[in-house]
Amino acid sequence: MISALADFLRLLAGSFRDLLPIILTVAFFQIVVLQQPFPNLDEVLFGLVFVVVGLTLFIQGLEMGLFPLGNDMAEAFARKGSLMALLAFAFCLGFGTTVAEPALIAVTAEAAKIASDAGVIEGNAEARASYADSLRIIVALSVGLALLIGVFRILKGWPIYYFIIAGYLLVIAITPFAPAEIVGIAYDAGGVTTSTITVPLVTALGVGLAQTIRGRNPMTDGFGLIALASLTPMIFVMVFGMVV
Amino acid sequence: MAFFTLFMETAYATFADVLPIAIVLLGFQIGVLRQKPRNLSRILIGLLYVLLGLTFFLVGLEKALFPVGKAMARQLTNPEFIGVAPDATVVEWASFLWVFAFAWMIGFATTIAEPSLIAVALKAEEIAGGSITAWGLRLAVALGVSVGVTIGAYRIVSGDSLGLYIMAGYAIVITQTFFASKTIIPLAYDSGGVTTSTVTVPVLAALGLGLAIAVPGRSPLLDGFGLIAFASVFPIISVLGYDIVSTWFLRQKKLKPENTEEEVSQ
Repeated sequence: MISALADFLRLLAGSFRDLLPIILTVAFFQIVVLQQPFPNLDEVLFGLVFVVVGLTLFIQGLEMGLFPLGNDMAEAFARKGSLMALLAFAFCLGFGTTVAEPALIAVTAEAAKIASDAGVIEGNAEARASYADSLRIIVALSVGLALLIGVFRILKGWPIYYFIIAGYLLVIAITPFAPAEIVGIAYDAGGVTTSTITVPLVTALGVGLAQTIRGRNPMTDGFGLIALASLTPMIFVMVFGMVV
Repeated sequence: MAFFTLFMETAYATFADVLPIAIVLLGFQIGVLRQKPRNLSRILIGLLYVLLGLTFFLVGLEKALFPVGKAMARQLTNPEFIGVAPDATVVEWASFLWVFAFAWMIGFATTIAEPSLIAVALKAEEIAGGSITAWGLRLAVALGVSVGVTIGAYRIVSGDSLGLYIMAGYAIVITQTFFASKTIIPLAYDSGGVTTSTVTVPVLAALGLGLAIAVPGRSPLLDGFGLIAFASVFPIISVLGYDIVSTWFLRQKKLKPENTEEEVSQ
């Protein structure tokens, strides 16, 4: 009991250390640069306690729940040996985690506003909603496809940089042809698709697959799924902007 | 009471976010794999910790960091603070020095606290067998975000093309890929995608928007976006760069005679 408490306290201290740079930055700018007192200091301090406790619980849960879960599923799929089942799982995981992602919903709503202001679509709410929805489905499809390709790559042991370099070249090639309004959103869409719960799960899945399959190295083959999942949305969103 | 409402709303949003993942996992577990995972109860407790932890984390951010960070981004980009006349059409980039300093520091600070990056760094440390430490990776990534966000802020002020900057970043990444160790490349690429999530995005979005409004001639819609893209390209450059430099130093060390002797005596 006492050792468990000591462990928890050590984790709490670690989380506090992780947050120290933010605290110092904000305090420095508030006090030295802007020279203002903190508004609602008690609320800020209270919130910080929440952040530290939350981060500690999250990291604890990562090691207990998300990592073993991703790893177990990878092993189970490898044992089962059905390629189709594994690829279907990868696609569904990518599509499912992305389609309901709150950050993505916010970005696509913003994109619809820009598109209607620019006169690409009609200015009414209905046109905006349907534009935002199709954009969201496109991004979710692209993430599903990214995980499918990424998992297939792990099985085959192909180097990730072939895919990433080809993807970058494609982004560079189509950027000049995409409407200027969509470029910023397309670039940002790559960043918002990978949520805090998806990342540990997908990483554990990739590394687990690479560890289970003979001849694969977890470092060179296990990582890379996240990179693909942040690349394909950029391409798909720009192509979407060119077509619509 | 308002606090409790916020907590319940955040908890609900987190659970709603997890629901599709849970459905996919359960569906394949029951329909395809048809077996119970080992230590099921431990995994479930762990998942509960993750949900509860994220809820606390987000509520705390909403109470502590986001209001202050966003207000700060607004105040630092306020024309009065910068000393820009309201009718100015051109502003020296040097007037924005405090904004760049803020971009640098907040980019670093929010990245160090980013839970997704902590997860990837822990996994990398676990399987790398001592050649990578979680802290080292997080520091390299955070430095990359610092540099990237600062350059991104400069781009909003100067009004240069976003595409051009990002393409230059890609060109550097592609060149570095040819010189970096094969084992670090996938991890470096992944660290670009994980930097921009829970903590970093809201603050950076506020900073980009504030800057685009403050600089004469910038459109918040066209120029306010894009800081996040910088924060995802530059960590790849810094992680690959760290690997290239440290490998080069190791090779230099090995070339010295006393080190070769040591290796022989082992």
